[in-house]
Amino acid sequence: MSYVVQAMNLTKKFGDFTAVDGINFQVNAGECFGFLGPNGAGKTTAIRMVCCASPKTSGELKVAGMDIDNHQSEIKALLGIVPQENNLDPDFTVCENLVVYARYFDIRKAEAEERAAKLLNRFELSDKKNAAIETLSSGMRRRLMIARALINKAKILILDEPTTGLDPQARHLIWDELRKLRREGISIILTTHYMEEAEELCDRLVIMNCGRIVTEGPPSSLIEKHVGKEVLEVEGNSEVLSYLQRNYSQLDFEATGSLIQVFAPELERLMNELLGKFEIKKAILRRTTLEDVFLKLTGRRLRE
Amino acid sequence: MWGMLYFKPCKITWRVWKVWRRNKDAFMKTYITNFIPPFLEPVLYLLALGFGLGIYIQKIDGVPYAAYIAPSLIAISMMYSGFFECTYGSYVRMYYQKTFDAIIATPVSLDEVIAGEILWGATKSAINASIMLIVITLFGLAAWPQSLLVIPLAFLAGLMFASIAMCCTALVPNIDSFNYPIFLLITPMFLFSGTFFPISVLPRPIQLISQIFLPLTHVVKVTRELTLGVVSWSTTPNLVWIAAACAIFPTLSVNLMKKRLIA
Repeated sequence: MSYVVQAMNLTKKFGDFTAVDGINFQVNAGECFGFLGPNGAGKTTAIRMVCCASPKTSGELKVAGMDIDNHQSEIKALLGIVPQENNLDPDFTVCENLVVYARYFDIRKAEAEERAAKLLNRFELSDKKNAAIETLSSGMRRRLMIARALINKAKILILDEPTTGLDPQARHLIWDELRKLRREGISIILTTHYMEEAEELCDRLVIMNCGRIVTEGPPSSLIEKHVGKEVLEVEGNSEVLSYLQRNYSQLDFEATGSLIQVFAPELERLMNELLGKFEIKKAILRRTTLEDVFLKLTGRRLRE
Repeated sequence: MWGMLYFKPCKITWRVWKVWRRNKDAFMKTYITNFIPPFLEPVLYLLALGFGLGIYIQKIDGVPYAAYIAPSLIAISMMYSGFFECTYGSYVRMYYQKTFDAIIATPVSLDEVIAGEILWGATKSAINASIMLIVITLFGLAAWPQSLLVIPLAFLAGLMFASIAMCCTALVPNIDSFNYPIFLLITPMFLFSGTFFPISVLPRPIQLISQIFLPLTHVVKVTRELTLGVVSWSTTPNLVWIAAACAIFPTLSVNLMKKRLIA
């Protein structure tokens, strides 16, 4: 198996603050790899190092087998980068944005125009090809950002929160395109804090917290490993909680405010037992999701 | 140590021209608007100062007042084009439009982006100086063919002012802070560089400051000799001064910019 990105003990410090603290990860060729984590966990810093936008403090980082410190231009020629904040060029139209960008990759004009037309078509922007950037909706801008990142026929597409702030339609359209690109053999690395997005797209992911990787694996096995298949959510008072603590101390449960979550197999019996014993406003038995894993591993404390 | 921090040699390839071309393409989209100021400015100044105020002014060094200030107007325009392109223009592209971020995500490096911006500032200086030269020629105030050398001079002077500007852009905390270099450096140069009156009338210490520290003084002197057609070796020190500034400031500005942008 060949790796497109390999990080060993990768560390980034800003003064005294350690943003990325000795992380190890590998991205396989052709997979979609995700970085999850609350704000400030170090996801963006990690991928900015991969993009050659931020020099590492220590550790090793290779992209497509090349060392990040000595081969920046060669590495960047293989990457398609979509940063968190759109940085389309407002001095140019939609199509010109692609053609001007192609020039930075040494792509000849005729070739650039051909690629631009194809990409605009693919991302449903052909009607807007002569439009000014400021007239585009946020979904269109995001699509154009991805199209621009592909103008060099990137082998590795890196997206920092690709769908933040988009409506569901725009988000699904982007997900569809990313899945297609993956099928075409492009390796994708993305950061997100939408669990749905990670579950939908990622073959493998890491969850980061405070600069470290806390867990790694395919979404389904992370769910199984950390929270099991089902969760029982009960809106109950302290009586319910102390009852659980007395009689079911072996079970994995968490209480936040008035919500009690129980992670265990075969919870139906327990739910009926609680419903029979206490006056409970709401009790739900549902499948676990990646969000449960996320909250369990990174805590419920607010990050700002 | 200090030299290594601020004067580390830049790594520049031909990719620098891709950055230059981006700015040229953006400029050409609105070229008619862009050509109006260098065309109208000398007309207005020459009419008001040269032929209006000039009536009351005796010849300076044997030259009528309009012919005396005509080269100053070109030199001032070299300063303004280079300086404003790489302060406000570059700052907007760097900070508000995030154009630099977008470009350095490609094989182009930050060194090349900054160098491309400075070369574009120098080019704008040459473009504006050329247009002004035409106007001044129409007024009969430029000696040919010596005046043609104003164009390469404008590129060099533009390079100097653009790279000084880029140092400011690397250092200012926000866009309003450009008021400091403008009022502490640019406006004094506009007035005290032998532009509208000879610096020899100024008190001796101010003369010295003007000759040693103000880049525009040197540019005005060379431009004036060219447009008056009296080229001599006496401008050699001025050209050396300009060349030295062109050797120091571009490298310094790239290093300062890297400190600002790469974390």
